[in-house]
Amino acid sequence: MQSHLADGPDPNATDPALLSGAEITIQALIDEGVEYVFGYPGGAVLHIYDALFQRGDAIKHVLVRHEQGATHAADGYARATGKCGVCLVTSGPGATNAVTGIATAHLDSIPMVVITGQVPTPVIGSDAFQEVDTVGITRPCVKHNFLVKRLEDLAETIRKAFFIAQSGRPGPVVVDIPKDVTDPNIKIPYIYPRDIGIRSYNPAKRGHLGQIRKAVETMLAAKRPIFYTGGGAVLDNAAAPLTELVRALGFPITSTLMGLGAYPMTDKQFVGMLGMHGTYEANMAMHETDCLIAIGARFDDRVTGKIEHFCPHAEIVHVDIDPSSISKNVKVQVPIVGPVGSVVTDMLSILRESGGRPDQSALAAWWQQIDAWRGIDCMRYDRSSPMIKPQFAVETLYKVTNGDLYLTSDVGQHQMFAAQFYPFDKPRRWINSGGLGTMGFGLPAAMGVQLAHPDAQVACISGEASILMCIQELATCKQYSLPIKVVLLNNGYMGMVRQWQEFFYESRYAHSYVDALPDFVALAQSFGHVGMRVEQPDQLESAMREAFAMKDRFVFLDVIVDPSENVYPMICAGKGHHEMELPPTMSERELA
Amino acid sequence: MLVENESGALSRIAGLFSARGYNIESLTVAPTDEPSLSRMTLVTSGNDDIVEQIKKQLNKLIDVVKLQDLAEGDHIEREMMLIKLKAAGPDREELKRLTEIFRAKIIDVTEASYIVELTGASRKLDAFIEAVPEGLITEVVRSGPTGILRGAKGLTL
Ligand SMILES: Cc1ncc(C[n+]2csc(CCOP(=O)(O)OP(=O)(O)O)c2C)c(N)n1
Ligand SMILES: [Mg+2]
Repeated sequence: MQSHLADGPDPNATDPALLSGAEITIQALIDEGVEYVFGYPGGAVLHIYDALFQRGDAIKHVLVRHEQGATHAADGYARATGKCGVCLVTSGPGATNAVTGIATAHLDSIPMVVITGQVPTPVIGSDAFQEVDTVGITRPCVKHNFLVKRLEDLAETIRKAFFIAQSGRPGPVVVDIPKDVTDPNIKIPYIYPRDIGIRSYNPAKRGHLGQIRKAVETMLAAKRPIFYTGGGAVLDNAAAPLTELVRALGFPITSTLMGLGAYPMTDKQFVGMLGMHGTYEANMAMHETDCLIAIGARFDDRVTGKIEHFCPHAEIVHVDIDPSSISKNVKVQVPIVGPVGSVVTDMLSILRESGGRPDQSALAAWWQQIDAWRGIDCMRYDRSSPMIKPQFAVETLYKVTNGDLYLTSDVGQHQMFAAQFYPFDKPRRWINSGGLGTMGFGLPAAMGVQLAHPDAQVACISGEASILMCIQELATCKQYSLPIKVVLLNNGYMGMVRQWQEFFYESRYAHSYVDALPDFVALAQSFGHVGMRVEQPDQLESAMREAFAMKDRFVFLDVIVDPSENVYPMICAGKGHHEMELPPTMSERELA
Repeated sequence: MLVENESGALSRIAGLFSARGYNIESLTVAPTDEPSLSRMTLVTSGNDDIVEQIKKQLNKLIDVVKLQDLAEGDHIEREMMLIKLKAAGPDREELKRLTEIFRAKIIDVTEASYIVELTGASRKLDAFIEAVPEGLITEVVRSGPTGILRGAKGLTL
């Protein structure tokens, strides 16, 4: 029986195997092709853990040290591979600990299936030990969730969960399984449904060709066009057709924080990230454009600035898989609902068939204007500083890793510096929590990435405040020998909070100083890792080279950076794209 | 709306409205001739953009099987009201007359009270309440409106 199961259920077999709910759960994951389960055991999932134990190596379980870590690790795995991340946690506190990670995945549309244990069905609603209403708590931060009340529904529900998580606009799906449903003594025939239809759920498979044609006409008529791409371009693996289309048209392209890498950032047509900490050229181009082509982006408030000032001259084409993203914040003229990869491919073939070319002289003038804006050098910083500047640290990281890196991030100034100064040329390389902005995301996410790509260079850029939020995962990294490199930009402050307090609260630094910091070198060592500290700019490169040369070790690099540095440019609250704050070293005259 | 007849469906819909700051003016739910589906009539308000967004968000819910905006077409709306009235002395005759004018039914009688049942457009129910002389209303129970599009076409799968 054991060997028969290892190959999955045999469709020709007359008698399907008899399995318990716990065994069904594990077998269903195997049948989904799941490689890793990130989890943490507890009473309500013990039957499932026992079934997992009995299946040996058929599926790899990664024991995290906090359920938040499980969700971020599964999320990082999903972002780096495009596959579905999977978690297994117990009821009550296990489920509540997972909520932050579920919400993180939800806001960035990351495919994830989270299996939570629940108290047995007869005691649901009685405030039983470790009972919470998991389906109720997670409802607003999942794509969908299920409470499985009957063993007969289990296999189909898991199949539906994977289908929903990975199709259409992806997202996390929670499957809450009461303990009695996994009872090892109650067995039923197991058949894993391959094709399931959900009558109320039919995500678009292609965009409307008439609309796509209209979009191409709009693009060809433009004088000052710009592409604006978001996380959807990465999620739908649209990088190749997108790059081809942008090059064929010769238009400038900007990207949100979530879309970085979908188009090569070192390419001349890429004008940098847009939005609150975007480049001067990207934001000015947004303000002046007469044709905005939004691809898998959702007009988030960090991107648009004040809506009244957003793209005042533009006709807007918007491609998105989710109809509710279209005309939600900004009204658009050419909406296209569909998977961005297929729509962009259709755009490309329609463009080629039409034989049309954009207005070359208008485009040349537009590029001339953009290059003038570029000339402002809006991300300039003091390169002669006796202290390590965070920007310099990121540039050095780029140099040392030759641009070939999976980089996860926490949340704060370091995240913005990384996005600004590490140009990613490939998608799925830049992995950060953009929507929810979850401090603590970086380290566990890096675990998922490193497991997915065991031979790749993986680093986590973090701040001394963020890293402490999931620091317990250093133990997981040790247990699974994950050779991640943590690059800690240690400014001794919650830098991003301090920056806002400096700008908007007359430098009253209310609780943004991280007092009583640990000795990170000793901390890393106590977990069995290598710890290094760098304080001098001229020692940074060699220290990083040393760290990355340790191919099989986890290295924690504590980089002491200038505590007073701020992220520029910045669009402050209530301002438009054309009203950026630039680095203070630049005089008004330079800008004129 | 046709929604999956599942325990979580109603809270998903109610939760969507509260989470996104839309208001629910009224909501009626009941099973349909197809046991796996419930029919829900929800009354909300907002400008065209908001209503458009509400519809998109509702359609995104996996439990929402089919959605129709009745306000977009020629439709019939009905609401049912049960109203308990103080009916003693000279008020008794007056209330009976009022009931007849509105084509309502008296469905429960005691020496001092009537219960009146009235079905119609919500405005008609409002009018009845207004027509009842001051101080005679003990209790009002309204179902909230339900509705259906006119014509041969139905909201089915
Ligand atoms: C869980 C969580 N709590 C609070 C915040 C608000 N917040 C955003 S950035 C930040 C400071 C981060 O400090 P640090 O990790 O040292 O990074 P730095 O900005 O100094 O680079 C805080 C507190 C958040 N994003 N996430
Ligand atoms: Mg800091």
